[in-house]
Amino acid sequence: MTSKNNTQDTCIIVGASHSGVNLAFSLRKEGYAGSIKLIDSDHNVPYHRPPLSKTHLVSDEPVGQLLKPLQGYANAQITLTLGVKVVDVNRENKNVTLSDGTLHTYTDLVLATGASPIIPPITGIKDAHNLFTIRNADDTQAIASAFKASEHKRIVVIGGGYVGLETAASLRKCGANVTVLERESRLLARVTAPYMSDYFYALHQNNGVAIYNDQNVSKIRTRDHVNTVVCCDGSQYQADIIIVGVGVRVNTALAVKAELTIDNGIVVNECNQTSDKNIFAIGDCCAQFNTHYQRWLRLESVQNALDQAKVAAAVICGKPPKSNPVPWFWSDQYAVKLQMVGLSQGYDNVILRTETDKPDSFSVWYFKGSELLAVDAVNHAKAYVLGTKYINNSAEIDKNKLGDNTVVLNAAVLKVPN
Amino acid sequence: MAKITFITQDNIPVIVEGESGSVMALAVENNVAGIDGDCGGVCSCATCHVHVTKEQFDLVSEASEIEKDMLELDDDANEYSRLCCQIDITEQLDGLVLTVAG
Repeated sequence: MTSKNNTQDTCIIVGASHSGVNLAFSLRKEGYAGSIKLIDSDHNVPYHRPPLSKTHLVSDEPVGQLLKPLQGYANAQITLTLGVKVVDVNRENKNVTLSDGTLHTYTDLVLATGASPIIPPITGIKDAHNLFTIRNADDTQAIASAFKASEHKRIVVIGGGYVGLETAASLRKCGANVTVLERESRLLARVTAPYMSDYFYALHQNNGVAIYNDQNVSKIRTRDHVNTVVCCDGSQYQADIIIVGVGVRVNTALAVKAELTIDNGIVVNECNQTSDKNIFAIGDCCAQFNTHYQRWLRLESVQNALDQAKVAAAVICGKPPKSNPVPWFWSDQYAVKLQMVGLSQGYDNVILRTETDKPDSFSVWYFKGSELLAVDAVNHAKAYVLGTKYINNSAEIDKNKLGDNTVVLNAAVLKVPN
Repeated sequence: MAKITFITQDNIPVIVEGESGSVMALAVENNVAGIDGDCGGVCSCATCHVHVTKEQFDLVSEASEIEKDMLELDDDANEYSRLCCQIDITEQLDGLVLTVAG
């Protein structure tokens, strides 16, 4: 274990987004006395990613919301190197090589390399005009520019997941003509119950977004800067701009070079150490055994990124790590606030909770038998908070009362007596 | 311009000045210990919890319903709790003292 007071130590962090930046500052908070080098190929000062598909897309701000002000890095003596890629890692000599040719040795190396959007192998996709994914600030900038320049503003979003739907909502707000093409028979099929899918379908339809499920895009034809998106059933959609939101692929290039164990992400232990104890992996890029759900998970969320950053920082500083194994997420579409806690995969029964006095608020509670797995709360922070407490405590909830909206939603009331 | 004092959990006063934006963003900019603002200020994480004094509570007004619900995530919350991402900086806040919640 590294001594936190050794000024000779160097921690190199590859990736300066939520987890990498948080790790750098957490190290200082834990008393790390060595050098901290934070490196990212993105040239922008590290920023919040969630707004990229939400508020940032509709704002005129050229720069997104920064994770930390630039001066904060200098104040904390964190060396921030932007616009440079880490191209190689040598475990034996404990050093990394950057794209500018420089060599840097480390005591501990942290891979916070994240993931990259998948470009599906659709015929013609490479030649499509104004086709974008959304992962970086530059992507959002490029979409905003193309949108402004576009005369007809016809947008086709491929993929009805959270990123696709948030983007659809944001661009619709700006007056775009938006169509969402989803491959599955319902939106958010992998992550939510049918009720939620139906709710978001209706929400988007009511806001003037056209959504087509069961649509597998087979090719894109582009002529005179106008794309025609063609689906397997022969249907065609004209698009001035195409947004692709069909998931991500983990950035494992460095982990592969370092010959670390990879299995749906860079495999890490409860301390976020990879198969090399001096190399850590945090955030979207790593797969970890989750103690609450008792299975291996790779999570794509801000909360997970921050939580794992804090774990790795504690471990690097020789302190016992504290982690919160129950993940949570949020999504904002139009004026709707969706908050999610837990993971619903594997549920076998669902309780829908509506509220008599709040027609715009409801929550969906996912159970496996009597075990509460997850809660999706729409405009309903109370349900979200209550669900969080029940899941964290693995406490049993009275389902009859939960489903009865004449019974007040309250922790004490819903508790099943032991 | 408003001068705001944060009292950290170690009882250290941190005095900062802000002109606009949220109180959470000001705290993060100044590395105030205990104010994380993990969700970036959209009232989704409750990591920017502060206690206002009873005397100054009028300056910041009451929490919204969603904010009150989110505050329940924290056992330390009371009637003078706020999530400071939901407090916008105005000149009215000059002299405000906030205690960072545990």
